[in-house]
Amino acid sequence: MTETTPDAVPAAPAKPQVIEGPAERTRRLRVGTLMLVFALIGLFLAIFTKSGKATFQLVSGDLQNNLLHLPAQAVGLLLGIIGVGAAAAYIVRRVPQRYAGWLAAVLGICFIGAFLCWASAGKVFPLANQFQGTLNFATPLILGALAGVLSERAGVINIAIEGQFLVGAFTAAVVSSTTGSAAAALIAAAATGVLMAALLAVFSIKYLVNQVVLGVVLVVFATGITGFLFDEFLQPNADKLNTPDVLSAVKIPGLASIPFFGPILFNQTILVYLTYLAVAVVTFVLFQTRWGLRIRAVGEHPKAADTVGIKVKRIRYSAVLAAGILAGLGGAFFTVGYAGSFSKEMTAGNGFIALAALIMGRWHPIGATVAALFFGFATQLQSQLQIIQTPIPGELLLMAPYLATIIAVAGLVGRVRAPKADGEPYVTE
Amino acid sequence: MSPEEDTDTTVEPAPAAPAPAQEPERSGLPSWAIQGLVSLSAIVLALVVGAILIIVTDDQVKAAAGYFGAAPMDTFSAAASAVGDAYKALAVGALGGITPISESLTQATPLICGGLAVSLAFRTGLFNIGAQGQLIAGAILASYVGFAWHLPAGLHLIVAILAGLLGGALWGGVVGLLKARTGAHEVIVTIMLNYVAIYLLAWLLTTSTFRRPGRTDPISPIVDGNAQYPQFGGTRLHAGFILALLAAVFVWWLLNRSTVGFELRAVGANADASRTAGMSVGRAYIIAMVVAGALAGLAGTQQVLGTDLPLTDGVAASVGFDAITVALLGRGTPLGTVLAGLLFGALNAGGLQMQLITQTPLTLTTVLQAVIVLFVAAPALVRSIFRFLPKERGIGAVLAKGWNG
Repeated sequence: MTETTPDAVPAAPAKPQVIEGPAERTRRLRVGTLMLVFALIGLFLAIFTKSGKATFQLVSGDLQNNLLHLPAQAVGLLLGIIGVGAAAAYIVRRVPQRYAGWLAAVLGICFIGAFLCWASAGKVFPLANQFQGTLNFATPLILGALAGVLSERAGVINIAIEGQFLVGAFTAAVVSSTTGSAAAALIAAAATGVLMAALLAVFSIKYLVNQVVLGVVLVVFATGITGFLFDEFLQPNADKLNTPDVLSAVKIPGLASIPFFGPILFNQTILVYLTYLAVAVVTFVLFQTRWGLRIRAVGEHPKAADTVGIKVKRIRYSAVLAAGILAGLGGAFFTVGYAGSFSKEMTAGNGFIALAALIMGRWHPIGATVAALFFGFATQLQSQLQIIQTPIPGELLLMAPYLATIIAVAGLVGRVRAPKADGEPYVTE
Repeated sequence: MSPEEDTDTTVEPAPAAPAPAQEPERSGLPSWAIQGLVSLSAIVLALVVGAILIIVTDDQVKAAAGYFGAAPMDTFSAAASAVGDAYKALAVGALGGITPISESLTQATPLICGGLAVSLAFRTGLFNIGAQGQLIAGAILASYVGFAWHLPAGLHLIVAILAGLLGGALWGGVVGLLKARTGAHEVIVTIMLNYVAIYLLAWLLTTSTFRRPGRTDPISPIVDGNAQYPQFGGTRLHAGFILALLAAVFVWWLLNRSTVGFELRAVGANADASRTAGMSVGRAYIIAMVVAGALAGLAGTQQVLGTDLPLTDGVAASVGFDAITVALLGRGTPLGTVLAGLLFGALNAGGLQMQLITQTPLTLTTVLQAVIVLFVAAPALVRSIFRFLPKERGIGAVLAKGWNG
């Protein structure tokens, strides 16, 4: 019982016919209709796909070899039909409820595939770059969302991820510029992430400040303080303080030679490898260790946890501070991991996207990671499509991930359930 | 027989003793006075934090600290003059004469309307991070009516303002509708709609409908003279400020004097109880977000029909986000929001002067604003510094709850 995760609540009985309530029926029909609309759009695109081949570039920068030529319209039509089939199967309930999520995934992949065939018919689509870019955009989002998972599972809402990103990015840039050491930069970024987390922890756990309010204020504070220090120190001394070395990629022998995904996944910076590790560690810790069980306990029912002798506040402090490490590292990605020098408000709202990923992923580390990858994919896709020039304006493509999130949250995810005591300070009487 | 003696003889009534007895050390002050005192203390503390930042970054202080052992007083006097100069420039830039004051009020105008948009949603238990998107939506429609239509004086301004209100109301209403019908969390939807609005604006400004002829940068034509808010004298202050104050009165009336407002506050205080009492929680969410969106849209009209005139991609600036801090500082009440908007407007206007005169970065005012709200949100902390302050409820208690609220 104690190991039951909040996500696993509707464990449907195995074989008897499950009777569907009216609310579930409405939801199934609504989601099904939405899926069908997407499937039909995919099919529609396939019908209007220009004849000719869509070429997918499988190795970044290689325009001669490793090209995948596909008959654009035929493949598009095939994917479109599979998509319609998946949507229809969902609507008529031919698949057990617990596999319904897979149908949505199949539909999503078919839709994106049909879209890509339509967009790149007669052109070359850099598929390797697409996945490479996805990983780049997603890395900080994953770290940020994992930070959110840790602290919110313990019952402390973290809207301040954006603020932790900013201070992490700032510190990593300065420390890397002054010491020239990548390790020092990452450690310093993690440390300032913890510092911001400590503010969040003290004000929410000790002074019982409303956590949503607090998160927003901390973002403003981080924006102000990094902006102020940037204006006062980094701007005038840019050559000394704001010329960080970008982390270099480290190839993992063996794994990096896997076709296609090898170079994308295993020729990365240490920060990206740390991100892989973080996903695994957070998932393991949260669901397999004593500390993780306690985190979830104080996030769901602090009073019950207290009754059995768990130190609620101490567990919450530890979870929020540990989350600070992840968010600080996520911030470091913006400077030493990717762009190099720091600029004001350079995280550009990514902390809030990480927050959205956390909620879309239903407070689960894997779910949050998948959601973050989805955001990364969509963001990268729009820049790719601008390069190969589709008729859709780039600004409208940029909207796509955000609209998709709204549709997902409103149509597919529906009423997500946060940890029960998320946002509630624990006061002993 | 007094109640105290009564408790000795009977067992039952004792636990039912009135709850206020638990509230510690009630002072004679009314709650608004206590809140005012806490806010003032928070401002003082924020200025102290700002002073520390100024001192540690000031070159003359650093130079004097180099020979601190030889002449310690030099360091202190350098520090005092650095802080004094900066804050003097800030105060003069915010309040020192007609022009600075009008500039402060101009800056405060959209902050008040945006703050009201956030406050109203707060009182209904919704956390509206979307003032930015709603403001942009309002600004787009208002400026389109302003430069593309040509109507008689008076009518044109009214139509343009109504268009702005409509744009904001639609953008906010979607959030309320989705929350009511599907349970989509308003924080995510508003964040996402902010981005959608930003990119929609960026795209529109590349189209021939919106882009000013002969320009390649994202800027629209200037709105007609008939559609502009009347200015006050030779200042940048315009009649939008009066509208902002009227909007505050309207929100006060709505929340405190109308049946709809009662339902909004009831849903904000306890949605489950309101549902049990027969109120429609979904309807309250939709109404709150439509009105909140319209208020933010009004802020948008103030930007494009009063302060800026052409529509640019920077129309929202940081107003949407500052509006949240304004609403927090104003504790979700209309009067508080107006006062907080005025304070932040003055800080913004003064900050610009401070940057000009003493080269202290404008971002210092952002730090000041954040620290003020942080202290206001943590009255327990402020009280532990200023011991004389009586107790009050933190703003968290009356504002947004967590995800499950």
